[in-house]
Amino acid sequence: MLALLPAALQRARVPPSAAAGAVAAAAAALLAWQAPAVADGQLLLFSVPWVPHIGLDFAFRLDGLSLLFAALIVGIGLLVILYAHYYLSDEDRNGRFFAYLLLFMGAMLGVVTADNLLLLLVFWELTSLSSFLLIGFWRGSAEARQGARLALLVTGAGGLALLAGVVLIGDIVGSYSLGEVLAAGDAIRGDDRYPLLLALVLLGAFTKSAQFPFHFWLPHAMAAPTPVSAYLHSATMVKAGIFLLMRLWPALAGSEEWFWVVGGTGLVTMIFAAYVALFQHDLKGLLAYSTVSQLGLITLLLGLGTPLAEIAAVFHVINHAAFKASLFMAAGIVDHETGTRDMRRLSGLARHMPYTATLAIVAASAMAGVPLLNGFISKEMFFAETFALPAPWSWVMPLAATLGGLFSVAYSARFVHDVFFGGQARDLPRTPHEPPRFMRVPVEILVVICLLVGLGPGLIVEPALRLAASALLQGPLPAFSLALWHGLNLPVLMSVVALAGGIALYLARRYLWSLHAETARALSGKRITESTVTALSAASTWLHGLIDRGGLRLSLVALLLVALAAGVAGFLPGPPVPTKVPLPAGLAGWAGFAALACAAAATVVLHRERLLAVVCVGVIGLVVSLAFVRLSAPDLALTQLLVEVITVLLLLLAMYFLPQRSPRESSGGRRAVDAFIAFLAGAGAAVLAWAMMLAPGETLSGFYLGQAKPGGGGYNVVNVILVDFRALDTLGEITVLGIAAFAVVAILDRIELPGRPLDWDGRPWPAGRSLLLEVLSRPLLPLALLVSTYLLLRGHNLPGGGFIAGLVTGTAVLVQYLGHGNAWVEARLPPRYTSVAALGIALAAVTGLASLAFGAPFLTSTFGYLDWPVVGRFEVASAMVFDLGVYLAVVGVVLSVLATIGRQHNAPEAG
Amino acid sequence: MEGLVAVAIGVLVAAGVYLALRPRLFSVLLGITLLSYAVNLFLLAAGGLVVDAAPLTDRPGPYPDPLPQALVLTAIVISFGMTALVIVLTLRAMSERGHDRVDDGPDGGPA
Repeated sequence: MLALLPAALQRARVPPSAAAGAVAAAAAALLAWQAPAVADGQLLLFSVPWVPHIGLDFAFRLDGLSLLFAALIVGIGLLVILYAHYYLSDEDRNGRFFAYLLLFMGAMLGVVTADNLLLLLVFWELTSLSSFLLIGFWRGSAEARQGARLALLVTGAGGLALLAGVVLIGDIVGSYSLGEVLAAGDAIRGDDRYPLLLALVLLGAFTKSAQFPFHFWLPHAMAAPTPVSAYLHSATMVKAGIFLLMRLWPALAGSEEWFWVVGGTGLVTMIFAAYVALFQHDLKGLLAYSTVSQLGLITLLLGLGTPLAEIAAVFHVINHAAFKASLFMAAGIVDHETGTRDMRRLSGLARHMPYTATLAIVAASAMAGVPLLNGFISKEMFFAETFALPAPWSWVMPLAATLGGLFSVAYSARFVHDVFFGGQARDLPRTPHEPPRFMRVPVEILVVICLLVGLGPGLIVEPALRLAASALLQGPLPAFSLALWHGLNLPVLMSVVALAGGIALYLARRYLWSLHAETARALSGKRITESTVTALSAASTWLHGLIDRGGLRLSLVALLLVALAAGVAGFLPGPPVPTKVPLPAGLAGWAGFAALACAAAATVVLHRERLLAVVCVGVIGLVVSLAFVRLSAPDLALTQLLVEVITVLLLLLAMYFLPQRSPRESSGGRRAVDAFIAFLAGAGAAVLAWAMMLAPGETLSGFYLGQAKPGGGGYNVVNVILVDFRALDTLGEITVLGIAAFAVVAILDRIELPGRPLDWDGRPWPAGRSLLLEVLSRPLLPLALLVSTYLLLRGHNLPGGGFIAGLVTGTAVLVQYLGHGNAWVEARLPPRYTSVAALGIALAAVTGLASLAFGAPFLTSTFGYLDWPVVGRFEVASAMVFDLGVYLAVVGVVLSVLATIGRQHNAPEAG
Repeated sequence: MEGLVAVAIGVLVAAGVYLALRPRLFSVLLGITLLSYAVNLFLLAAGGLVVDAAPLTDRPGPYPDPLPQALVLTAIVISFGMTALVIVLTLRAMSERGHDRVDDGPDGGPA
């Protein structure tokens, strides 16, 4: 049901505000359609397993609490979209803005409707990420970027803590499903890990809801466009933490720890932020701190733990969303029409925009808790609840609450008076006037809601409140009545004190400001965070400097020494005891060894003469191929030989651009150290190889040898392993090859390599091509293709197969390049060899997928026999198609690599 | 035979490591090539040595262990891909920095 929403929301990108509005309206309609069922007391559930083995389901629920929050999210979202349509200028990338907004809205809806704690976390992180994008929307501004980063850092860290807390809950309950978690409250509270998990969950909630001491990101998030602030910081983002506390209330609340931590944090946040709000000069800064303060009030209510306090908390969530969103929008209008948000410059705007002024005054009064408005009623409920506590608190708490109320009256008064009254403002960037008609509509709607709720709370809001509160408490509701007037009692007295004191405080503000200026700088959370981050970053740079001394050689030496130490440690229990009888080496063996050792020594000695070194490496490669022949590995011998040819060619091509000689750069001492390390490494490898070869042990060879024919349909076991038994490995390997080819093409894309008109001995390159090579290479290609086909087809039974056939074809085409030059060949062959490689990989993958169509697992092969006249009876296996894919991939990779490097040769036919 | 192969692997590793520690990318490239020979031989040897036979089951045994052979076959082709990549990186470094030293500092040492 709602599961479709986030996905659908993300797609609406192209036509900006209208499309966004349509999507939000559709979400609203969907909610309205489901609402009656919820109102009847049903619990709507929807669940699809996602990652069942960790208990993560794609599960959603819609109960009273979810419905209330979803309604706030969608309802205020709609108003904000309308507002943003007028607020954003044409230069702002509207499509992107609304896409982010919808992404955020979808994530928030996910948070409030998730029925699985892990899923809730996924959406939780999504809100952090999308709010990062929204806050930093004006990416040109450093302030916006810092604000976004700060918000992401704080809420992201909280999200991690929450993840740990949720995992603990899941461990205790045995399920992440909300239904089971909420029912297991006693088990959770009784567990030893309860204090830890509570702390972790609260960290998540407090960072998100900007509770002290994590409140500091919120004011800096005010660098966002005002519609974002109106949305994120009134009804949604910051309410996510509150929502989490409410959602988990039955599971976590009711303990001493809950009361002290939640209640205490709420109280401190409420008073501290209300006090700070008074000193903000930025209109949005004032609103930001007032938001923090109001959230503190809600947290405090949740911490009190009485059912009535919970009802008041839900009620205040609704009220705060209504008046704060309208205030942010009003602030945005002021900013939009005057060009500044600085309250020291703004003044007397009521004359220019009386209509907006009226709206803002009503909303601010609601925030202050003036009677006849919604804020008054929930604040009265709050005041009444403060008396419900035991001894010293029954008078401390009401005092604190009154103090908080007093500050909120004072900053509301400041908001209204500084902006809309007083003398004519002089140096405003723009001449103020009323905003466009429809920009005011969202504010009007919200202010009317404030009024209606304030006048007739029982009528307007009580049904929704009952629904949400009963879902929150997961039990029967206590008796309560929402009314404008409960008679003259203590809460009313507290309101009167707060109103009068607040106004008095505002009048005396000048004295306070000078006092405040001294203390504020030291307490800036942003500065503390930034210096912490700077210190952490310096520490990691220092640590990195310890490990990486700034040279690859040193890192390599460290790597080798560690590997050596690990290898030696393996031999410590005792020297290896050879048990097998060694084979006789024979004359051929000694001859091969001598050739290899000489060539290796020559490579080392001659390595600065690069051409000679390449020749020596080629000799070693040949000896290794011969060793493969001798050691019963014909497929390897063929592969090694062909790769050797191509590698040497590649090295020669590269040498065209590189110095022909390496100068002697390293000192004698360094050479000696290197030689010593090399000797140790070589000796270690030799001992290890010797011990391994003569150690007793069974290998898997029996299975493969026995199953090759009956299971894979081929006699060449190596090839059957490659294309059948371990075909998934092979698929992975040709994919890696393909990636390497693409990397080669990408790295060499559009680089400047100096061509060399002369060779290193100062002679010009020979102008013409070798006639002999040109003539001989032509008939070679069809012959090589024939051989490739033969090798490919016979690979299942005799040495050959896709890898070898591919290398033969690649070599043959290379000879064409050598004989005829780039232009001649590329006029006759497709220039995009990478496509050939991609085609090969795709063919291999599709062959594997085809087996799925027959109900067999991926890459299952099948084979049969075919009688072909003249040729005779031969076997056809589906694995051969796979091998064809391997063949194409290898051809494509070899040619794209060599052709790409070859094309760098600007001098004609120099390759 | 085993001892000979073991020493051959050791020689290749020693030469490869020494070259890989040189200050020029081209030498490193040669070193990596030698190291991959050594590793391939080592992998093949992991199945035990069998002389003058083939992993073809339509012929009479004994057979060598086919699994290391299959592993080495792909390893050879992959090491070609890797060599190609290192060559191209060398060229790119040459194009952007004008030399093919491993480290940026004077004498090929740390910057």
